[in-house]
Amino acid sequence: MSTEIEGTAATAAPPQKFTALSRIFHWLTAILIFAALFIGLTMVNWLAGYAELRVIHMSIGALILLIVILRIVNRARHHPPAWPPTIGRLEGKAVIWSERALYALLLAQPLVGWAMVSASGTPVRVFGVLRLPPIAPSNIDVFSVLREAHSILAYLLVAVVAAHVSAVLAHSIVLSDGMLRRMTFHIGRRERSKI
Amino acid sequence: MPRSPKPRPTWGGVPLDRRRILLGIAAIGGFLAVDLGAVAYAGGWIGTAHRLTPHIFIKAFEWVNGKQSGFRKNHAKGVAVAGYFDSNGNGREVSSAAVFRSGRTPVLGRFSLAGGNAHAADMLSTARGLGLAFGFPGGAQWRTAMLNLPVFPDNSPQGFYDRLLASKASPDTGKPDPQAMAAFLAAHPETAKAMKIIGQNPPSPGFADSTFRSLNTFYVISESGTRTPVRWSLVPVTPPPPRNSSGPNALFDALVRQIRSGPLQWTLMLTVGAPSDPLDDATLPWPADRRAIDAGTLTLTSIETEHPGNARDINFDPLVLPPGIERSDDPLLSPRSAVYAASYRVRAREPESPPAVNVDEVAL
Repeated sequence: MSTEIEGTAATAAPPQKFTALSRIFHWLTAILIFAALFIGLTMVNWLAGYAELRVIHMSIGALILLIVILRIVNRARHHPPAWPPTIGRLEGKAVIWSERALYALLLAQPLVGWAMVSASGTPVRVFGVLRLPPIAPSNIDVFSVLREAHSILAYLLVAVVAAHVSAVLAHSIVLSDGMLRRMTFHIGRRERSKI
Repeated sequence: MPRSPKPRPTWGGVPLDRRRILLGIAAIGGFLAVDLGAVAYAGGWIGTAHRLTPHIFIKAFEWVNGKQSGFRKNHAKGVAVAGYFDSNGNGREVSSAAVFRSGRTPVLGRFSLAGGNAHAADMLSTARGLGLAFGFPGGAQWRTAMLNLPVFPDNSPQGFYDRLLASKASPDTGKPDPQAMAAFLAAHPETAKAMKIIGQNPPSPGFADSTFRSLNTFYVISESGTRTPVRWSLVPVTPPPPRNSSGPNALFDALVRQIRSGPLQWTLMLTVGAPSDPLDDATLPWPADRRAIDAGTLTLTSIETEHPGNARDINFDPLVLPPGIERSDDPLLSPRSAVYAASYRVRAREPESPPAVNVDEVAL
């Protein structure tokens, strides 16, 4: 994926980047959340793959939960770099709230998944060996609420992630404001002058 | 088109350029097409016309049995039991599972009849189920759902699905359409063969004297890591004399009376497969002379109407296995787990209905 779409309208000063740790966390989360969503949606519709994918899905979920907690700590300790000047007041509000929504969903979804399995009375085992304690009482009504919530949150995540990626693409391509470059690594830097 | 004399529109102070807008729309459109297309495909909104999904099984059960609100979509009629398993330690030879250590593990269970009609009349020929959850809801839990059959009628989810559809009672006769069943059996010779074996092993008079079998093969893993294919069974220990019961709940009523008069016991046998034995086909029996390990005794001491908090709320998913027991490549296992989960989700959100078997209404 080319992350260096640049044009004549680029801002004079190169935009500041997120810290390397923030960027690693971000892309790790991106990969894991796409995988978890895709596997989660697939497994409930695939008879032969269900058993295998369920184990993988739960393991990825546990990993996401861990990373998101670390990210929240990291976010509290490091203020992200300034937005490009192309973000106005109103859009800024949307950016703030979409970031909060993403963090909330990323934190809630694995917790709901964990609680949902707990409520069904089933042991929560991840990575084949690690057993997590139950975090909800074994109760079918609690299970039902959490199970439906897990699906609703999944589709909300799909929507918010789609909006997030679309907004960054719009800024980076239409406005050429280097929005995406705040999150990228330096791979292919020398290619930039070609575009 | 003549250029507009008005100043170009801007966004965030940047003048918008037509080429860049089109490029942006193309990139966003391309991303969304791939992203949402993947979601739609994975979510089963597109591309599921020619494959079986858990949802299609739930729909098929509803088509055959009508709406059964709040009940399991298969084995809908049942009763909750509880007791314990006393392990004698013999199972440790082949499995490191905690349940096979000498000692007692609490057990929740459920007797049931196959079929999705929660109010079907008891019949001797209907397959009887026993679901067990050892150590529920603990972390080393073992769940199993067994039948009183020598072999399972199907060896694939498609076979099960086709048989389910063929079993729909015709509105005229109240029985499955013989032509549909004949066509099904012609298309599924494995089921025809299994039915023959099932026919040669007529069912016992009741639940209490039934032998229940895992039918699917599993692997047990020993302390030293040796993997052994096993099928397990529960063999009744001196079952009490059958009780005279009649009516639509004859089998369940007899069971209620038997447990009230004293605990029911079964011996848990782990039958060890030989390298030549079929491990991935539940329609094929293993030879009768295979070594079987007596792992201990299951004692069921109480019986209850299905209600919130007892075995009603347990999904007897055959793949809830403790360390020391693993699934085999039997192609029925993952689909069973998937369809059971779908059934559990659906019934959990449906309004509950009173179960057909009410223990308190069974006279002594």
